[in-house]
Formats: sequence, structure tokens, C-alpha cells
Amino acid sequence: MSEDFFQGYKGDALEILKKFSVRVWGQASINTTRGVFRGTILPRSENDDDQHIVMKIPTGYNVGIDIRTVTDMQETGYKKAVYKIPEKEFPYSPGRPNVKLIGTGGTIASRLDYRTGAVIPAFSPGELYGAVPELADICNLTTEKIFAVFSENMGPEQYKKLAVVIGQEIEKGADGIVIGHGTDTLHHTAAALTFMVQNAPVPIVLVGSQRSSDRPSSDAALNLMHACTAAGHGDIAEVMVCMFGPTSDEYGFLHRGTRVRKMHSSYRSTFRTLGDTPLATVTRKGVKPIKPLYNHRRKDRNVSILPYFEEKVAIIYYYPNMQPDMIDSLVENGYRGIVIAGTGLGHVNKPLYPAIVRAAEKGVHMYMTVQTLWGYVHMFVYDTGRDLMAKGIIPAENMLPEAAYIKLGWALGQTDDPQEVRRLMLTPVNDEITPREPYNGYLVYQGGVPEVEEFIRKFHK
Amino acid sequence: MTQTDFDPAANYEQTKREAGYVPRKEATQETYDRIGFMSGLEVHQQLLTKEKLFCHCPGGIYNEDHIFDAEVIRHMRPTLSELGEYDGTALMEFKTRKNIIYRVKNETTCTYEVDDTPPFPVNREALDISIRISLLSKLNIVGEVHITRKQYLDGSIPTGFQRTAIIGVEGEIPLKHKKVRLIQLSLEEDSCREISDVGHWRIYKTDRLGMPLIETVTYPDMVNPDEVKEACDYIRFLARSTGNVRTGIGSGRQDVNVSCRGGTRVEIKGVSHTRWIPELTHNECFRQWSLLLLREKLLKAMPDFSGWKIHHEALHFHSFKFTHPPIVQAKKAKDRLIAVNLPGFQGALSHFTQPGKMFADEISDRLKVIACIEKPNMTHSEAFEAEISRQDFDKIREILGAAPEDAQIVVWGPAEDIPTALETIEERCLMAFRGIPNETRKSFIDGTTIFERVLPGADRMYPDTDSPPIPLEDQHISRLGEDLPDEVIDRYHQFRKWDIPEDTYTYLFRNNLYPEIKRIVEELGVKPSFAGTFFGHRLKFVEGHYTRGREFHYGLIYDLFRFLLDRELDLALTRKMLPLLYEHPKMDFESILTSLKFKKIPKQDIVSPIPFLRTKYAQIRYRDDREAEGRWIMGQLHTMALGNMALAELGKIVKQ
Repeated sequence: MSEDFFQGYKGDALEILKKFSVRVWGQASINTTRGVFRGTILPRSENDDDQHIVMKIPTGYNVGIDIRTVTDMQETGYKKAVYKIPEKEFPYSPGRPNVKLIGTGGTIASRLDYRTGAVIPAFSPGELYGAVPELADICNLTTEKIFAVFSENMGPEQYKKLAVVIGQEIEKGADGIVIGHGTDTLHHTAAALTFMVQNAPVPIVLVGSQRSSDRPSSDAALNLMHACTAAGHGDIAEVMVCMFGPTSDEYGFLHRGTRVRKMHSSYRSTFRTLGDTPLATVTRKGVKPIKPLYNHRRKDRNVSILPYFEEKVAIIYYYPNMQPDMIDSLVENGYRGIVIAGTGLGHVNKPLYPAIVRAAEKGVHMYMTVQTLWGYVHMFVYDTGRDLMAKGIIPAENMLPEAAYIKLGWALGQTDDPQEVRRLMLTPVNDEITPREPYNGYLVYQGGVPEVEEFIRKFHK
Repeated sequence: MTQTDFDPAANYEQTKREAGYVPRKEATQETYDRIGFMSGLEVHQQLLTKEKLFCHCPGGIYNEDHIFDAEVIRHMRPTLSELGEYDGTALMEFKTRKNIIYRVKNETTCTYEVDDTPPFPVNREALDISIRISLLSKLNIVGEVHITRKQYLDGSIPTGFQRTAIIGVEGEIPLKHKKVRLIQLSLEEDSCREISDVGHWRIYKTDRLGMPLIETVTYPDMVNPDEVKEACDYIRFLARSTGNVRTGIGSGRQDVNVSCRGGTRVEIKGVSHTRWIPELTHNECFRQWSLLLLREKLLKAMPDFSGWKIHHEALHFHSFKFTHPPIVQAKKAKDRLIAVNLPGFQGALSHFTQPGKMFADEISDRLKVIACIEKPNMTHSEAFEAEISRQDFDKIREILGAAPEDAQIVVWGPAEDIPTALETIEERCLMAFRGIPNETRKSFIDGTTIFERVLPGADRMYPDTDSPPIPLEDQHISRLGEDLPDEVIDRYHQFRKWDIPEDTYTYLFRNNLYPEIKRIVEELGVKPSFAGTFFGHRLKFVEGHYTRGREFHYGLIYDLFRFLLDRELDLALTRKMLPLLYEHPKMDFESILTSLKFKKIPKQDIVSPIPFLRTKYAQIRYRDDREAEGRWIMGQLHTMALGNMALAELGKIVKQ
């Protein structure tokens, strides 16, 4: 195919560029009823309108020209910009732990896309190293990009492939695994890997960033350093999420993959451990456990890879006046499992009862979790709860709705036997259900109470 | 080896003479033509909006340095530019390894300021004001506003970049004798205010961060320091004429770009008063001219400088008898002490650069900024007052194996900062062979400047992927252009036509008083020179000497004039009434008159005591003098007459 001279332009704007024979990356002088504009024609974002032409003026700024004001246009030169960021090979130092960085895409590895004007996953981990040379002081890093997708496009196929690749890397002798991942569904993947990669002898650390690495204030570099420290030097051999503790550049938290959740749409310290305290803090100096009990690093390579997933599983977020056809339609469409995020202690309204009975009769596996995110399902407290259990809904204790969804998919990928599914669901792999909830988990790590405000005033947030 | 006959002070004076430096007062256009003075401006002006530019925090609320609710710590990392290169400033800032602390006050800061949420849609009020000012500046308004990220790695903006957008390009402003071309006007978010910058810690507060600001950029059309000030005043007065900009300390600041012939564009940052501009630009132009002279001398002595490098040795405090207090202090602080030899640099360190400053200061300034070593951070072989004894310096030269034509620096600082310090010294010396480094400089009231940062290039611009472009329709622009104020230049000519004294103009323009004067002249028929002088002299005096009442605004002065004219009182009363009105703007005019003990008295009652007073004067006089008699009688009647009749008229009657 010939080169696209009019990247992103369409409709009227494309016509006018063609009419005056001016290309993208051409230096042009445009006469308009508002005066003359000079600069380089830039590609236009595909989703923007067809009434403007984008231009980079000599001072480096971009401006748009309204094509209805254009009277004449001339191309005076042409210089195509090439956006190539060099990849650097990672230096090897004997004595440092060997860490494998697996790239999946997302903000930790992204840069500007002129086509859409948005951020696309494109930095290879090698490029990333070029920007964070400090990594070489932490570990010997090898990198592999196994896919480049936005976090929201991660799904069962990717979970299974990741699990297999991790298994291979562990067998090959990696001292730790780091997975670069978009943040939106980082906690879904973390839960999936917890179930699919069991008894790992080394740390498996998922990391992302909330500010893309093309920004000077990005959290990507520090997150990556923390993740490599946790993977290469930490003693906690579990599937964990490593992200900012406070919004300040100070320390990261290591969260258990089953208890972590993205809690803010944009904050750096968006990931919080719910129903518990985080596992540990991490700085470039090392990992400091908060929880006394965890799986320790081992020398052996005995890991179990269980890459199973049934895709016909859904999660239902209950709201007042939800109609029974919401459940009926899932059943009619062949869904095998439903996780309900109920109100309060785990409730839904009475009009749903018949639909729940119909689903149970079809053998659909139903588990109850809570919308409050904090706390346990307690279905014995009110009649509603008892009714629901009688109709076949199984309380999933304090499993987070997303973790329950992932786990049900994983369980149904292995068996359809209700007893076996129930056993898999209610036997915790790694704290997706905990026997107790520490009283300070909620207080200390959420903020908002006056004592915490006082703390925030005194220490870096 | 000793240096016996080199006299740094004489060298300084001689190089100053060679550079042809003259104080500004003695400089003429010929002086500036000789050294090729060239200057352009970037004038910043805050806009008067309720909220900030990209979030809904209130604008214009400031807090003291020590009042804050939280602190956030961040670091800035250079990022590769779109073209795969690092920006020069970026690398320098990274070298400095600064910990940046933001002091946050809940009232003025949300998650946007601390870079924890993407921008909200741009403030339309600010956008419209910036379009109006662009129209007044004869700029070509863009068809679509594109928000751009301009990188700043000094931490002054927590994102590491400033969101900024071009509103118009290619305009002009008329000065008294020429036109100055404008490159562009942009709308941008203001930065944090710096609280302190010591060692590796820099502290900012976020109250001002995100306030809407416009930047007007001129071409380098100004050819002498006074023209730069005139252009700057014009741009500021133009913005103020809209009544939609903020006034007061810090609401307007300018960066002044200066170069001399063969020099480099150097940016003097954050000049907050236009009256400082002439001295600063004058000195900067001569600094560059002197550095070019230094380059010439260095190249003559060392035509091939490619292999030029410094040589250094660590010094042991105990091997010397140092008494210079900073060195004694460094010893206490367990700093490292390093002697550096600069081959062939004798005469360079004490080379003139600015009044009271020499080339060695350029190095010391950079050590502070780049290596984060607080001043005093070094001494050298060409200090006017020897800070290291002759014997010790001889010993240091011996350790370094220095030749007679070399110069030496002794630098001290924390061990971890020394490698950067040595790099910095070598780098600045090598720049002396090449010419004038590209840099931004910080200004001082005495008209001198110091190194602030490496001047960033155009490499630091990125499209802001968080904001969509904003189309500007013709219709909207013409609506905004409908009620634009008159041009400042026309107002200037009108003031002259009105015979208002020129010394009032700066004050009148700064406070946008033209509309008030015009209203009083046109609607009340007051003599323009009286109205102009009243504002330009009397009001200015009162502002300087009384406390402004919260509700005072300039429109009250029109009301005052109107009141007196309605009551058929003499306008001379305005002078007496203004201080009270200014301090108590809610007081009605009658009450002001009462508190001034003013009584309405018919003219005949004022003049009737004159015969009696003449007789009285005859009794008490020391000398027989008609003039003195007149003055004495006027003094007796003055208070009574004020406001009731013109004093000139009374004077005439008394004289008869």
C-alpha cells in the first residue's frame, strides 16, 4: 500500500489538503480570513472533526486551522518525523538476581499515538529500561513482550497464556517475575494468576502505572524499581500487585493478588488491599513485610500451573428494583456461573427469587458477595439471606466480587460438579477468603477519620 | 611555584574597560548599536476568573509558606522527546536529583493540582478573556485551540509539564515611535510558588498553581533597554484595559530575552516590575559582550581546546591552615575539599561579566544549581580578597602541578555531590571557549542576574492527550470583539490632547483609569486636565498613604464629582474628601462633608469679613507688605471658602 499522506484526515479537511496538494508533515503556509499561519501539518486524530487542520508552529505549539477560513495553502517543504525510541540491552552483573519482565501493555508501557491523539501501548520493556537505567542496580533483567493490549482487553486467553509463560520462566530458573500491566483490570489478572499459578517458589509481581511513562512525573519508573526489588530480592513468593502506597514518591505497597482492588480512577495510590492490611511495603532498599504470615521464597521449582477458565460466567451488580429477566437472560444465554454483588450483608429483592430458582434448576452456580467490598456476607442475619441460600445461592464469605468472578470462571473451567465447584470456591488459595478481618485494615489504609487526617498532616501523603 | 605579579582587581578593571562597559545612564543608542543589543519579551498576566484553568479550585487565594494541610513529595524524570532525544534542561534537572515537596492547602488544591486526576474541560471564562486580549493585540486567532504540554522539570508544576495553548499568532503593538511584532499569545496554567531551594530539597506551595495566565511573546524587535520597558508596559496596560486581569503582586511577570551581537538568547526569568527591565537588559547584554571577549582571549591562547580538561586533587583539611569561615564550616560538616586546576585560565576567573561580578561567579552559581552545593561553595586563585593564605595556595598549586598561566578553584561540598560539581566546573569552562551558554537567569533588584537553568528547547512540547481540541467559531470571536476597549495608544494620544501631565500615564494605565476619566470628562463636563491630575496625582498619593476600604472602587470617584456638581460645590473639595472616601467607601458624601466640618456658606458671607481682617492685620503686622497681608487673609478664610467658592476667585477679591 502506498504511504498515507493524509494521516487521520477525512471529509472536508481531507478534500482541502488534496485540493492544495499539501501533505501531513509538509511545511505549509496557510492563508485564512484570520491571517496567515505557518508551520508543519500534523496528522489528525481520527475521532476529531473534519473541519480543522492541525499544525505545529515554529515555537513548538500545535494549533488548529478552521478550513472554512482557508483561502490559500502552499507546501514549502516536507520533513517527516520518526518517533522511534531506542531499545537498550540490559547489562548483566553476576551476583544480581535474575528477574523476568513480561510486558502485556498498558500505561506502564505506553506512548503517544498520533492517530487517535491518545496513549497507546508501545514501549517495549527494553525501551522502558532505556528510560530507567537504575534497574540495572537492582537485578539482571530480561524482558519479553507477550502481548500489547490495554488492560480492559485482558481476558481468559491472556490469563492462561501468562500462567503458562510464568511456569516456563520459573522452570528456567528466574529468581522473580515482574508483569507490566495496565491498571484497570490489574486486580482481575492478579486474582487469575493466584489461582492459575499455585505454590510458586518465587515472587510474581504485577505492576502498572497511573501516570504514563511519557510524563516527567510518571510513577512508572519508581513502580518498576519497586517491583524489580520485590521480585529479585523480596522473600514473599506470592502473586502480588506492586503500586504506590502514598501518592508521594516514597514507598510502594505489595498487595495480595486476591485482596487488591483499584479504588480511584486516577490517583497514583489507587490500589488498596480490602478486608485486610497490605502484605508489605517496598522501597528500592527492600521489602518490609506488614503481615507476618506469607509464603517464603524457595529454591525448588515445584510450581503448579492450572490454566483453566470457563468464559460463561457473569457478575451481577444488584440495584433496587432489579428485574428477574436480568438473571433469566443470562441463564437463557447459557451462562454457567453467576456472582452476585448484593447489598449490605448479601441481599437482593424478592422479585428476583423466581428467576434464582429457575437458574438453580438449570444447574447454574450462584455465589453471593457484597457491594460494600469491606466485610463478610452474612446470610443468616435476615430472612432474605436465608431465603436466598435455600434457593441455591452460596455465600462467598469476604471474597471480593471481582476475585469471586475470576475464581468461579477458574473453578468451572475444571469441573461442573456443584460439590467440587463449591469446594474449590470456598477453599482459599491465598486469602481470597480470610478467617478474620483485622480491625485496623479499614481505618489505617483508607483515610478520612480525624486521626488519619492528623497523620496525613504530619507525614507525606 | 608561585604567582607573584598577577593582580585580579586590576585585571577585572581592565577587562571591564576592554568590554567597553558603561553604566546605563551614560549609554546611548550608539552604545547599544555597537554591541548589537537585541531583546524580546514574554509577558505573563493572570486573568481574573473565579476558578482555575483546568479544575474547579478557586483562583486568587493565597496562603503563607508555613500554612498547609499536607505535603506531597515527588521527583521529576526526563522523558524522551517525540524525536527520541532528551531536552537539555531535562538532563540538567535530573543531574540535580532534587526532592520536590509540595505544600498543599485543601482550600486551593484538589487532585488535579497534585497530578492525581486528568484535567477538567478548560475554563471558558479564561478562554474568552484571552481571545479578547488577542484581538486587541491584532493577533490571528486560531481555528482550534490545542492544549499542549510544555515540560518543566524543575518541579514548579507537579505533572512535570505546563498545559498551555496558542490562542493567536502574528500580531503587533504600537509603541510611541515604532511597532513591535508579536509572535504569539498563549493561555496557560500558572506554576507553583517556590518556598525554598536548599541542597537537594526544593519546596513549593500549590496555591497559585493552575491559575489562568496568558503569555504574550514579542519578536526581538527592541534595540535598547528603554524600548523593552516601553513594550512591556504597553502589553501590560493593554491587558489591564480589558478590566479582566488580576492586579497586585505577582499577577504580572515577564521573562526578558536578551542577546548581543554574536551572543545567545538568554532568558531573564520572572521579572516582576517593568522598571527593573532597563538595568537588567543593559547588564545582560554587556555580560554577553564581555564573555565573547573572554572567548576571544581563551581561543587566542588555546586555539585547539578539544583536549582541554580540568585536573583535581582532594585536599586534607589538616595539611593547611585554613581560616576562611566557609572552609572551616565545611571541615565541621565533614565535606570534601577539592582543588581544581584550570589550565591556561589565569585572568579568566577575574574577567569582568557584570557590575561586581566576574567569570568565577558564573561557576559558583552553577555549582549551587546543578550540584546542589549551597553558596559559598568555592574560592579561587583570583578572588579580590584572598580567602586562602598565600602559603596555602602555593602548596595547593604544587599539589596540582599548576603552571603559572593556570587558575585554580577550591570547591567543597558533600562527597556525593562532588562528581557533579567537577563536571559542572569543567563544563562551564569549556563553554567559555564556545561563547554564551543558553540559559535562563534569575534577576536581582541591583540589575544583575545569576544562572537559573539551562534554556529548554522546542523539544519539550507534546500534545496533551488528556484534552480534546476546542474549535473557535467566527461568530463567537466576533461577539467577543464587539465591546473591546479603545486601544492603549489611542488613549495615550487622548491623554496628551487633554493636557494631562505625562508623569501620570503609567499610574493611569496600570490601574485602567482611562474609562473613569473619560466618563467624568464627557458626562460631567469636568476639565480633562483637572480630572486626569486628580487621578494621576491625588489618587495615587492617597493610595500610597491611606488604607483602602474593602468596598472602595474607582467608580466612586465619578459619584463624588457628580455629587459636588449637583450640590454646586467647588470641585476643590474632592481633594479633601478623597482620603475619607478611600478609607470609608460606604460613608455617604454628606457625612464625609460633615466629618470634614464643612458648612455651606454663601459667597457674600465669606468675603464680608475682609475689611475687618484688613484692620486686624494692620494691628498685628510686622511689616508693611500687601502681599503678606493677602496671604494672611487667605489663610483666615481658606477653610471657610474651600468648596464654597474657587480659591482663585477669593484671592482676587482679597487683592482688590
